[in-house]
Amino acid sequence: MNKFKAFVKKEFYHIFRDKRTMLILFGMPIVQILLFGFVITTEIKDVEIAIWDKSKDEVTQKITNKILGSGYFKLVKNIDNEQEIYNAFKKGTIKEALIFENNFAQNLNNRNNANIQIITDASDPNIANLIVNYTSAIVYSYTGELNSNLTIPMQIKTESTMLYNSELKSVFMFVPGTMAMILMLVSAMITSIAITREKELGTMEVLLVSPLKVSQIIIGKVAPYIVLSIINVITIIALAMSIFHMPIVGSLSLLIAVSILFIFMALSLGILISTVTNDQQTAMMISMFALMLPTILLSGFIFPIENMPKILQWLTVIIPPKYYISAIKDIMLKGSGLSYIWKDVAVLFLMTLVLLGLSIKKFKIRLE
Amino acid sequence: MVKIENITKTYEKGKVKALTNINLSIEKGELFGLIGPDGAGKTSLFRILTSLLIPDSGIVKIMNFDVVKDYKEIRKITGYMPGKFSLYQDLSVEENLNFFASVFGTTVKENYSLIEDIYVQIEPFKKRLAGKLSGGMKQKLALSCALIHKPEILVLDEPTTGVDAVSRKEFWEMLKKLKSEGITILVSTPYMDEASLCDRIALIQNGEILSVDKPLNIINQFNKKLFAIRTSNMYQLMQDLKQFGSLNTAFLFGQVVHFTSKNKNTNSEEIRFFLKENNHSDIFIKEIVPSIEDCFMEFAKNEK
Repeated sequence: MNKFKAFVKKEFYHIFRDKRTMLILFGMPIVQILLFGFVITTEIKDVEIAIWDKSKDEVTQKITNKILGSGYFKLVKNIDNEQEIYNAFKKGTIKEALIFENNFAQNLNNRNNANIQIITDASDPNIANLIVNYTSAIVYSYTGELNSNLTIPMQIKTESTMLYNSELKSVFMFVPGTMAMILMLVSAMITSIAITREKELGTMEVLLVSPLKVSQIIIGKVAPYIVLSIINVITIIALAMSIFHMPIVGSLSLLIAVSILFIFMALSLGILISTVTNDQQTAMMISMFALMLPTILLSGFIFPIENMPKILQWLTVIIPPKYYISAIKDIMLKGSGLSYIWKDVAVLFLMTLVLLGLSIKKFKIRLE
Repeated sequence: MVKIENITKTYEKGKVKALTNINLSIEKGELFGLIGPDGAGKTSLFRILTSLLIPDSGIVKIMNFDVVKDYKEIRKITGYMPGKFSLYQDLSVEENLNFFASVFGTTVKENYSLIEDIYVQIEPFKKRLAGKLSGGMKQKLALSCALIHKPEILVLDEPTTGVDAVSRKEFWEMLKKLKSEGITILVSTPYMDEASLCDRIALIQNGEILSVDKPLNIINQFNKKLFAIRTSNMYQLMQDLKQFGSLNTAFLFGQVVHFTSKNKNTNSEEIRFFLKENNHSDIFIKEIVPSIEDCFMEFAKNEK
């Protein structure tokens, strides 16, 4: 155990003393997520809206004033039928429509709750999401004011509908994709480089002529990267949630568990690469071409798999990030549980076992 | 202690011969030197001894452990210092030592007495990164790391290559001291002058052992008269000596030519006469005691 502890400690020294590794490990994830995030996001200001006030009472008037007074929204017109809403959206004159239900104030007083429907144009999904969030926030703050001098709390529910892109395809897709890419980079590429570095500098020779077992060398080598990768996952999720208001609908612990499985898969890949190469340069090249490019191009991260030629679609079957991205996308955006994503998880698990077995088998206890 | 029997090793599927039919036996507590030029097969042999390579044929046993079958045992009792500096350059002196101690399941404290003499010399720099040490210091640190688990056998692959003369001398003194602790030491070197510091040496060239004996015995095996010759025109001297009737060998050794004759009766006067006839001036001729290097050249020539 002491041997193992010393090994891991040594590995951390390597990491913390190498500025380039540190930069890739911690700078890269943050830069990537911010880059992807800001390319998609823009600020909202003077968003054109239409209002259909079916109730026209004191409360709806107050809410309308509050929304228009916030500075984020600009009233284009008042409308009184459904057709007009769709026409306005089609012409592009509005980005959001608010519908107050009949007898709004009355419902609020009698039943203690009332409903507002929010319809947005989701062809720019990120903006649509932001608009909904802003509107809801204003409505909630209004309810808060109402409730401050009431014993029974009142509720105003907002129900949002996204037009044209109801499933929010591609919105926040950059988060699962970036996570897959960064985990591949950190876990597979950096580990393969870290192991081949020992070969290149000749320290592997000394490690081999020591009582260390192969498993101790491998686990000692990758253990720090498991920890760092998990930190990366948490950082990315935190950034996505705090800066880009990304909702995580499903279970956070399931998300992290699946990510850890993917980390193990990537580490096994990294070890496998290091067993077939003897220098850092080759390891990096193989990682780049065999791992990073498929992760970006064939995993469904940027290009939808359904639109690819048949041959490429077949090829994606063996691309591990595909399963990871599909699984965490479902968890994050749809709130799916394990029963729904178990197929992806099973494939990842199987891949991990095969890769790990292969790399332990191929890891040389001698120099040739 | 170490028994090497009929070891043959080839690379690239038999195309490159590294070692051919090597037989050696090394006693416990011996300081054994493997002497030969670059590419002679020294590193290959040491890697087989340390279980890093598997020989094509033959058996190596260290303390009755087979280096192929019982490699795990071998790795517990061996201290190995590869030819290339193989410590972590981004770890400090102290961290390297502690790491290797832990890896071998011991502590620096436990075996400090063994490395004390060596370590005190680098201790002032214990916070310095190993990559920033001078060549001699690196070797001292590498030796400390190889010794930290009190190995039964110490295998040092060209430990003095690239090290300054003073450090080399110090290094050999350390080896002598370790030998007195009862550690068996195998050391390889391309420097012939270091051969005389070993108990026994094996001369190796092109993967074959030329001779194994005590350094003095090897010199005694040299059965020819050896002359050191110098004249005012060294280039012409080499050319002319090649025309000498009973010439055996003539090699340039620093400032002089070392010359041997096939004829036992050849003496200084005969050579002087020959050189004068060839218009050489300032002729200096002296019969000298052969060095290991002379022996090596002689053996290597006979081998061909």
